[in-house]
Amino acid sequence: MAMAAHEIEAMIKQALPDATVEIDDLAGDGDHYAARVQSAAFQGLSRVQQHQLVYQALQGKMGGELHALALQTSPKEKD
Amino acid sequence: MSDTKAEIQNIVDNNDVVLFMKGNRDMPQCGFSSTVVQVLTHLEVEFKDVNVLETDELRQGIKEFSNWPTIPQLYIKGEFIGGCDIVREMFQDGELLDMLKAKGLAA
Repeated sequence: MAMAAHEIEAMIKQALPDATVEIDDLAGDGDHYAARVQSAAFQGLSRVQQHQLVYQALQGKMGGELHALALQTSPKEKD
Repeated sequence: MSDTKAEIQNIVDNNDVVLFMKGNRDMPQCGFSSTVVQVLTHLEVEFKDVNVLETDELRQGIKEFSNWPTIPQLYIKGEFIGGCDIVREMFQDGELLDMLKAKGLAA
């Protein structure tokens, strides 16, 4: 059921290649994570839309295999 | 529109602040739902709590309705505000209270 932190990071980066992703395994059980994601793709989007992009990247795993992923997103300045 | 979607739309249209949650405000069944109840209670906001665990249709339906994979979900004046993380962030920034004030829902 659980997902490894590197799998989560890989899925997010696949959808958002420029993203900076930091993941903490909160409980050490591979099931409760906190992620901070920065990407230029978030510019101009509401928080809801930013989180939706990350959920899309996780292809339905959120709410299923992934029980808890506390999410903090922020836009990244374009280079 | 399916019956469940129509039912959810009806709830959202007819209540200024709605929290779709696991359990109810007096006995939340999940820590994330509990956090949002605490925020709303702290801000002294009147809200309607909807226990999504009551039916599978509702539990699934609300995820599709909002295009959001997790519970809780907060609606204010028909607008989807977000889940626990966003509500907590907006509360800490003071943004949530400002929004509620602007809509005449908080003092």
